[in-house]
Amino acid sequence: MKQRLPLIITALFAFWILGALRPQRDPEYAFGAFGRLPVVFNGRLQPIDSLARNSLTRIREKDTANLEPVKSWYERPKIISATEWLLTLMTRPEVADGWKVFRVDHPELKAMLKLPEPNPAAGEDGKHYSWNQFGETGLKQIEESSRNIQENKKDSSLRNAFDNATLGLYEAMTLYLRLKNTVHPQDTVGFAAEIADYQKSIPAGVKAFQQRMTGSGTFDTNALTEVFGHAERYFVTLRGEPPLLIPPASGGDATFAWQRMGEALLDPSFGAPLLKHLMRVPKAELSPEAAAEGIRLVGTRPLSPAVGHWAAMADAFRESQIAGFNTAVTGYQTYLESLRLGKALNKTDREQLYNSFAPFSKTAALYIVAFLFSCGFWFNFAEWSRKTSLHLVQLAFVVHTLGLIARMWLEGRPPVTNLYSSAIFIGWGAVGLGLILESFWKNAIGLAVATVIGFSTQVVAHNLALGGDTMVMLQAVLDTNFWLATHVVIVTLGYAATYVAGFLAILYVVLGFFTKVMTSDMGKSLSRMVYGILCFATLFSFVGTVLGGIWADQSWGRFWGWDPKENGALIIVLWNALILHARWGGMVRERGIMNLAIFGNIVTSWSWFGTNLLGVGLHSYGFMSGAFTALMVFVGSQCVLIALGLIPQAKWRSFSAAAGGAAKAPAAASA
Amino acid sequence: MISKLFQFLSSLRLTVVLLGLGVVVVFFGTLGQTSDGLYVAQERYFRSWFAYWTPHGSTFPVVPLPGGYLLGTMLVINLIVAHFTRFKWTWSKSGIFLTHIGIILLLLGQLATDMLARESIMSFREGDTRNYSESSMDFELAFLRSAGSNTLDQVVSIPASRLKPGAELRQELLPFAIRVKEAYENARIRLRAPVMDSNRPPAATQGVGARIVIDEQPPTRTMDARNVPAAVIELSGPSSLGTWALSGELKSQTVTVEGTEWRLEYRPVRDYKPFALTLLKTTHETYPGTDIPKNFQSRVRLRNTESHEDREVDIYMNSPLRYGGYTFFQYQMGKEQLADGGRGTSALQVVLNPSWVTPYLGCILVGVGLLVQFLMHLTKFIARRKPRAA
Repeated sequence: MKQRLPLIITALFAFWILGALRPQRDPEYAFGAFGRLPVVFNGRLQPIDSLARNSLTRIREKDTANLEPVKSWYERPKIISATEWLLTLMTRPEVADGWKVFRVDHPELKAMLKLPEPNPAAGEDGKHYSWNQFGETGLKQIEESSRNIQENKKDSSLRNAFDNATLGLYEAMTLYLRLKNTVHPQDTVGFAAEIADYQKSIPAGVKAFQQRMTGSGTFDTNALTEVFGHAERYFVTLRGEPPLLIPPASGGDATFAWQRMGEALLDPSFGAPLLKHLMRVPKAELSPEAAAEGIRLVGTRPLSPAVGHWAAMADAFRESQIAGFNTAVTGYQTYLESLRLGKALNKTDREQLYNSFAPFSKTAALYIVAFLFSCGFWFNFAEWSRKTSLHLVQLAFVVHTLGLIARMWLEGRPPVTNLYSSAIFIGWGAVGLGLILESFWKNAIGLAVATVIGFSTQVVAHNLALGGDTMVMLQAVLDTNFWLATHVVIVTLGYAATYVAGFLAILYVVLGFFTKVMTSDMGKSLSRMVYGILCFATLFSFVGTVLGGIWADQSWGRFWGWDPKENGALIIVLWNALILHARWGGMVRERGIMNLAIFGNIVTSWSWFGTNLLGVGLHSYGFMSGAFTALMVFVGSQCVLIALGLIPQAKWRSFSAAAGGAAKAPAAASA
Repeated sequence: MISKLFQFLSSLRLTVVLLGLGVVVVFFGTLGQTSDGLYVAQERYFRSWFAYWTPHGSTFPVVPLPGGYLLGTMLVINLIVAHFTRFKWTWSKSGIFLTHIGIILLLLGQLATDMLARESIMSFREGDTRNYSESSMDFELAFLRSAGSNTLDQVVSIPASRLKPGAELRQELLPFAIRVKEAYENARIRLRAPVMDSNRPPAATQGVGARIVIDEQPPTRTMDARNVPAAVIELSGPSSLGTWALSGELKSQTVTVEGTEWRLEYRPVRDYKPFALTLLKTTHETYPGTDIPKNFQSRVRLRNTESHEDREVDIYMNSPLRYGGYTFFQYQMGKEQLADGGRGTSALQVVLNPSWVTPYLGCILVGVGLLVQFLMHLTKFIARRKPRAA
C-alpha cells in the first residue's frame, strides 16, 4: 500500500486540476459565452472575463464578487462571477451601485468618508462598501484629497499609508466609473429605443448643422438641438475613456481600429474627432483640412451593426429576459465570426479558459502540500513521503510550465515581461533547479527548497496582480522579443538560482539549529549543493547582466549607465563572485558559505524589488509602500537567520553533544 | 618586503575585500541617485578615487568609501599580479584564465569609455537639416560673423567653464576683450517689471539685457530637467561696448564693432559632422485607448557630399543609425503647436564611443570562461556520483 500511496495521492491532485479544465455550464444566463466576447482595454484585446476579473481584483482584491460580505463562508453568502458583476455594472448600474464591492481598510479613510463600522445586524462587515455608501460628498472628498496628495506629494516616497489608501480608492472609483459607461451612458433605461430615437433625429439635425456651418440662411434650431443632445450624452461617456467595445466593421486583426461605444454611436452624426474639435477638448484640435473633411463627412457614415447587438444584450439583461439575453449573445457571436477578426476570437476563448483554470493558484496549493510531505521525510525518514512530495512537485512543475506557456502564447512574448511574470518565472526556475538537485541527492532538500520558493513567489505574484492586468502592453523600448528572451530570461534565472542557494542555506541553519535532523553528511551535501548552485547563479547573473549591457548599447549607445536595476544585477554578480572566491581562498567553511548565501537572498531581493522602489532610472515603477514593507520584513528575517547562523555550532541542536546519537541515524536507516 | 607586497597584491583575501567593497559602493552609488541624480552620483561614486555617502538631508559625510576608479584599478592589479605570481597555467584552469582576461578587458573598456565617449543631442523639426549635434550639459559663448553670402559663418566659441566672474578673455579674431562680471550655473531670465523690480537694475546695459533680470536657480540634478546657465559680460573694444546679458534661453543678440556685425549666442556646445541629416517624418504611435507608447520613429535623409551618399533611414527604438563612427538613437519626440503648422519634432541621441567593442569582447571571454569552468566542475561531479548511484 505504502508503495502505491505516492501515485494515488498525486493522481487525486491531478484529477482536481483536470476538473478545473471542464467547461463551466451556465444554468440560466450565458455568462460564460458573454465573458468570452472580445474587448480592447489597456491597449490589448482581451475577453470581457479578463476585464471583469482584473477590474474587480483592483477594486476588492478578489476576482469574484461577494454580495453578502457580512456573512461567513459557512453561512453561504451569495457570490457571483466577475463577468456577472461587470455585466450588471454596465447595464443595470443602479443595482450594482448597491453591492458592497469596494474594499476599504484604512481606518482614517473610513472615518473621513463616514463609512459605517462593523455591525452584522445592519449588514456591515466594516471592510466592504457599495458605491451608494460613498455618496456624492464621499466622491467629492476622495477626489479632492487625491488631487491634494498628487500635487503636494509628487514624490511618491513621501506618501504615507493613508495617502496611498486614498489614491488607491480614488483609482478604484475612477475605474468603476469608466466601466459603468462602457455599453451606454449610465442613466440609459432602454438602449435600443434610445438609439432609434437618436437615428431618427440625425437627418434633420445634420441638415441643420451643415446649413449652420456654411452660414447659408436659417436652420432648424430644434432639429440641431435634438441631435446634439443625443451626441453630447455619448460624447460625455468618452471622457472617462471606457474600454473599446466595437470591432471595426471591416474586420481584421488590428486592435487600433477598435472603437469605444461612444465613438461608434457618434459616427453616423458628427464623428468623435470632429465633435472633440468643436467642443475644444485639449490636444484634440484638428488641422483645418482635417476639420473640413470631418464636416463634409457628417451624416454620411453608417452605425456599426455591433451597436445593435450590444443594445439587444443590454436591454434583455436589464429586463431579466434569460432567453432573450442568451439569443442576443449568440447573435453577436455570429456577427463577430462573420467579421474575420482573425485570431482575436480564438485568443479571447483561450484567455478565458486560462483565467478560469487559474494555474498558479493550483500550483501554490500543490507546493504547500508537497512541502509538508518533504518535511515528513526528514522526521520519520519514510521514503513514500519523499516520493509523494517528488511526484506532487513534478505535477506542479508541469502545471506551472503550462501556465507559463499559456501566458507566452496569449501575450505573444517571452515568459518575463513585467514584475508579475518575473515572480512566476523565478518560481519556475527555482522549482526546476530543486528537481535537478533532488534527482542527484534524493534527500528531499531540493524538494523543500523548490516548494518554499515556488509558493513564496506565487504569493508575491498574487499581490502584484492586485494592481490589475498582468498582461499589459510593453513600452516601445521593451518591445523586442529578442532581448526579452535572452537578457531578461537569463538574468531572472540568475535571480532564481541565487534564491535557491540562499534557501538551501536557510534550510541548513534552520534544520541544524532547531532540529536534530541535520547530520554531518547532510551538511556536506547541502554545502555541495550551495556551491554548485552558486556557480550556476554566477554564470547566469553575469551573462544576463552583460546581455543587458549589450541591449543598452544597442538601444541607447551606452554599455553601462549605472542605472539602479543594472547596479542591482551587478551587485548579485559581485556577491556571488565574492562567495566563490572566499571559498576557494579557504576564508570561509561550510557555515560561513551558508551565511553568505543567506545574505545573497537580501542582495537578490534588493535587485529584484528594491531598485524599482527608488523611483529613479529606467526600470522604475514608482514607490509601492506595501512592497517596501514586505521587503523590509524579508530583509529582517534574513538578518535573524544570519544571526542564528553565526552562533557556534556546538549550541545547535543537531550538532550539540546530545545529538551524537542522531548522527548515526542515517546509517541505521540505510541499513 | 617586496615579496610581502606582492603576496598582498595577489591574495584572494584582497579579491574578496575588493568584491565586498564593490558591493557596498555600488549600493550607495545607487542610493545616492535618489538625492543627487544619476549624473552627479556617477561622478561622485563611480568616476572617483574616494567617495563619501551622505544621507538625504544631512550635510556632513558619514560613510567613507573607495571610489570606482580605485576599486577598478586595485582589481586589475590584483588580477594581473595573481596571474604572474600565484597562478600556474594548467588546462583545468583555462576557464578561470579566460574569465579573468575578460574581466580585465571589461574594466579597461569601461575606463576607456569614460575617457573617450561623447554624448550629444541632435534635435530638429520635420524638414530641418542638421550637420551638428549639441551637448546636453555644456554651453559655449559663440561670436558669429557672416563672411559673405556664399561662405559659412566665422565662429569664435568660448566654453562656458571659462566664464568665471572677474576673468578677462581675449581672442585674436575678436576685435574686443571680454570681461566676465557675473556667471550662473543655472538661472532663469524674466522681463524686468519696472514697479516690482525698482530696487534691481537691469541685468545689462546693452541688447535685451537692458530689459531683463536674471534670477539664479539652484542647480538641478534630475534627469528630466537641465541647467540653463547665464552670465553678464562686458565687451571693450577701442571703446567700451557696454555690458551684455547671456543666457541659454536667449536668442542671438547683435553687437556692431567697427562696421562689422557680430552675433552673440550662449548655446549648447556644438559638435559638427562631415555629413547632414534631414528629418523627413516623425511617427509616434500609442496602443489603442492608452497612453502607452508603442513606437517612436524618425525617418531621416542622410547626405554626405564627400562620399556622394544620399539615402533615407528609419531610426526607432532598438534600431539606431550607425554612421561615421557615430550612433544615432531615437531619444525624444514631440509635436509643435498647431499655429506652427503642427510639425513633428524629434531628438536623436548621438554617441561617439571608439571603445564600444571592448565590452563585447570582454563579455564573450568571461561567458565562455565561466561556462568552461563550471562544465568541467559539473562533469567531474557527475562522473564521481555515478558509481555511488549504481
